[in-house]
Amino acid sequence: MSVVAAPPVVSSKEEQPYVDPERNRHTGYKLLAILMVWLVLWLALRGHQTRELGLQDKTGFHDWLNEVRDWVQLHGADNWFFGGVLGGIADFFNAVFEFIQKLVSVGAFPRPVPEIGWLGVVALATWATYAAAGLRATLLVVFSLLAFGVTGLWSPSMDTLIITLFSVLLCIIVGLPVGVLMARRDRVSAAITPLLDAMQTMPSFVYLLPMALFFGIGAACAVAITVVYALPPLIRITEHGIRSVPETTVEAARSMGMTQRQLLWQVQLPMARRTIVVGINQSTMAALSMAVIAAFVAGPGLGPLVNSGLQNQNVGVAAVPGLAIVLMAIMLDRTTTAASERTSKGGGIASVSGPGVMLAGVVLERLPRWATEDAGKGEKRPRLTAAGRSSLLAVLLIPVLVAVWLSRYTLSLAEFPDVSNTPVLKYLDGASLAQDINDFTDWLVPAVDTFTLALKDDVSNWLLNPLQSLLADSPWWVMAGVLIAFAWTVGGWRPAVVTVLCEAVIFGTGLWNDSMVTLTMTIVATLLTMLVALVIGVAMGRNRRVDVITRPFLDAFQTIPPFVYLVPALALFGVGRFTAIVAAIAYAAPIATKLVADGIRGVSPTTVEAARASGSTAWQMITKVQLPMARQALVLATNQGLLYVLSMVVIGGTVGGGSLGYIVYSGFTQDPLFGKGLAAGIAITAIGIMLDRIARSAAARHGR
Amino acid sequence: MTQTQNGSGPALHVEGLWKIFGPNGDKIIKSADAQLPRKELQEKTGHVVGIRDVSFDVAPGEVFVVMGLSGSGKSTLVRLLTRLIEPTAGKVELYGEDITAMNDKALLETRRTKVSMVFQHFGLLPHRKVIDNIAFGLEVRGEGRGARRNRAQEMVDLVGLSGYENNYPDQLSGGKQQRFGLARALAADPEVLMFDEPFSALDPLIRRDMQNEVIRLHKEVGKTMVFITHDLSEALKLGDRILIMRDGEIVQIGAPDEVVGAPADDYVRDFTSEVPKSHVLTLKWVMRDPDGTEATDAPVLQADQIVRDAARVVLDYDGPCRVERGGDLVGIVDDEDILRVVVAEEASA
Ligand SMILES: Nc1ncnc2c1ncn2[C@@H]1O[C@H](COP(=O)(O)OP(=O)(O)OP(=O)(O)O)[C@@H](O)[C@H]1O
Ligand SMILES: [Mg+2]
Repeated sequence: MSVVAAPPVVSSKEEQPYVDPERNRHTGYKLLAILMVWLVLWLALRGHQTRELGLQDKTGFHDWLNEVRDWVQLHGADNWFFGGVLGGIADFFNAVFEFIQKLVSVGAFPRPVPEIGWLGVVALATWATYAAAGLRATLLVVFSLLAFGVTGLWSPSMDTLIITLFSVLLCIIVGLPVGVLMARRDRVSAAITPLLDAMQTMPSFVYLLPMALFFGIGAACAVAITVVYALPPLIRITEHGIRSVPETTVEAARSMGMTQRQLLWQVQLPMARRTIVVGINQSTMAALSMAVIAAFVAGPGLGPLVNSGLQNQNVGVAAVPGLAIVLMAIMLDRTTTAASERTSKGGGIASVSGPGVMLAGVVLERLPRWATEDAGKGEKRPRLTAAGRSSLLAVLLIPVLVAVWLSRYTLSLAEFPDVSNTPVLKYLDGASLAQDINDFTDWLVPAVDTFTLALKDDVSNWLLNPLQSLLADSPWWVMAGVLIAFAWTVGGWRPAVVTVLCEAVIFGTGLWNDSMVTLTMTIVATLLTMLVALVIGVAMGRNRRVDVITRPFLDAFQTIPPFVYLVPALALFGVGRFTAIVAAIAYAAPIATKLVADGIRGVSPTTVEAARASGSTAWQMITKVQLPMARQALVLATNQGLLYVLSMVVIGGTVGGGSLGYIVYSGFTQDPLFGKGLAAGIAITAIGIMLDRIARSAAARHGR
Repeated sequence: MTQTQNGSGPALHVEGLWKIFGPNGDKIIKSADAQLPRKELQEKTGHVVGIRDVSFDVAPGEVFVVMGLSGSGKSTLVRLLTRLIEPTAGKVELYGEDITAMNDKALLETRRTKVSMVFQHFGLLPHRKVIDNIAFGLEVRGEGRGARRNRAQEMVDLVGLSGYENNYPDQLSGGKQQRFGLARALAADPEVLMFDEPFSALDPLIRRDMQNEVIRLHKEVGKTMVFITHDLSEALKLGDRILIMRDGEIVQIGAPDEVVGAPADDYVRDFTSEVPKSHVLTLKWVMRDPDGTEATDAPVLQADQIVRDAARVVLDYDGPCRVERGGDLVGIVDDEDILRVVVAEEASA
């Protein structure tokens, strides 16, 4: 009960580890020395022992993985684990999915149409959104749903929505209690946190093949993957929310004689409510992005449509479902956000201040502004009393039920009518939209192509190709040594050990050479991402106006599921490595930019004032005061950028990015390459962990 | 109420209380290390002594002030009294009931009904209206809705904030929030009120108001109070007795005039050097033994009269005045005795 866990003894300032100022200076020389040795070895040994492997070639390990798959496919059904536990879960997921699908999306035999037609769905969604999130969110939902229908994407949209929402529901059922438990038991937290770290370091693409092995392909697998992917943020943010209820409040509650249970239900949960809804928001966005990528394991919905457009290099055909996904993302984001704005009853939520939520040792940027700044202040009082609201909602339910009833018995209200012959609306039909987008692309691409091609060539010739040659053409043992030495130099022995282990894993997968190519792309994209982030982030950090104008765009970009970024990148740059890099930058730059901007903004105003008083120019201010003082934020931005970039570079394998990503993709499409694809997933994970550890240790050491 | 209260025993009895922060506190207290000074112990074992062997009694109805510099262990001490922090050793009795030996259930019951706390940061729940905050303690112990509303409203009126009860805490100024903090503490009708630096977050004028409020409430409801502060003038103003702490140990316990008139050591003297002594000291501290020079018709003053209040009379009368206690002559004061206190003050000011 009232035992106060003694926190670690606070070390006073003098007792903090002494940092040798000389050390940092030596780092530069050491890195230079490593580079020199590397270059010499590369010149002498280039092209030898690179462990290259043709796409169709396999190692014993890959064959063994194939045998495992064969065994699972052959005997899995009789096995207690695969057939019993996983099979049971899969059957349950499938059953629920199909049940809801028949309700709203596909014909429910013997009916040719769903149980509830589109009008009924729209009415129900309107009512529910209005009840939970208010008028503006409701308008957005109505608009979005109608847009899905008009573009002819009703069914696939509903399928994606079902998978997303069903997964989020499962996440809440599992994640909330786990998060609460972690907040209340340090030991549970210590046990689960590393697992969450690992899950969040893994690029989404990597989940696909093993999960397909466990759950078979299809809707059940899509749900399972989505849950696994969307769970960690919810758990983390829940734990954070409960933990950041101020100690003083908890103490006051205890002094009144509250039991642990009363404390949880009457103090901690209500005060963390808003944070938890932020967690649900994050979880929802993660779920949507995964539900789309689940296309690769035959998950139903909009994802497969985008993918087939991409594979046929038909930008228009990919763009229409892509836009539907973006619209859905905005809709879900706004709705959950609005819902959380409502959940706070008057009182401010002091709990979500602070630097932000740590995710996998990575800051999930500052929590959205509405979650912190306006906490409780100037809060709008609902114009209706609670009783008035409930009766209004009850009255509104009548037309909703009428709409549902109508939509069951009127064909045109059940199945979204084809609008290709309707005046005005016909321009919004999916096919004609696709055509328009293609026309536009055909006009745009030649117009900007001198610029895009020059950019592509310059980056390829000056950065990508030399670096790739350096990494991939060096003998494997040279590269291994260089990476270990690098990790050692910037982070100390811990990341060096992790690097050795990860290298062993990569070597074991037999995909050393491809891994180096992927690593090259990741490094190049991260460099460019940081360049963009620095330029925009510094401008934002120094100038409120720039921040105010830019931030909504960054927010918007961040809600877009990564897969969709491939569409415009493909349109502008065609198939190839560079397209993957561009998509990766587009995906990673917003968050990195925000982190940089917040870091610059976080530099103490007194310091800035003092520097100004001593006559610094703007340039001096940036380079000598603001950037050095925001170093921690920069390292974090880089760390976060790396993980985002890696996950996107891998997905970019499907549009000509090649290397590991493409091998994973081939694992879906070509049966004999399944094992190799699985191995590629393992290699990607190893790269991710290696980069993450190095960046984190560097942050710990240099980021003070 | 409780039968123990009828007796003349203390409201609060604290004996040999220790707190050593750190994972192995209970081992260290049994070893010789426990005798080391705070700093050395921390260097040697990483454990911090929060409270070292503290004993005292608080009489029913008394306002008992604990003061000391930041880090001296005041907050730790009050929290030990209701076991918000578990003591490492020692005993705390509340009206004869041994708090340190209580099981969880009895302890909850004690916190719900017998002791209330007021915190520096108010400790109000931001998601509840203040009236619901006040009623919260009653809700926790399972009282009905009507009863707790009434009681809460009474408390709102008692602290003079009727009309604000439907606001949320952060819509109110710090001073008002703390008044509600007081109201919440009083709502449970506890036997003992504990304050942990309740006014240090408020600005000076409001702080003075609040101090007067506490004095008024004490007169009205007559609760036993344990009051933590680091502000000596607050301590002198409110306290019947003052406990001065340093590094977790008691340096001195005494009435305000004792602390100022006879500081136990330099630490206390340092503390009290800024205090306007004539406002605190009684004649007892300035009088001389009777030497026969006093006239029988000289004005009579009482020994426990504050110097400042007696000054006029003494200065107006030509010659020494008589100081009596219970009708007996105990000493004499003349102009010089008074001026010594007042002038010393001027000099140090
Ligand atoms: N949980 C803890 N673990 C370790 N040391 C602690 C803990 N809580 C308090 N201390 C230490 O015990 C000592 C007394 O702290 P306490 O908070 O009681 O002081 P205080 O007199 O209330 O000071 P203040 O006026 O600043 O509130 C301090 O040195 C503090 O560092
Ligand atoms: Mg304190």
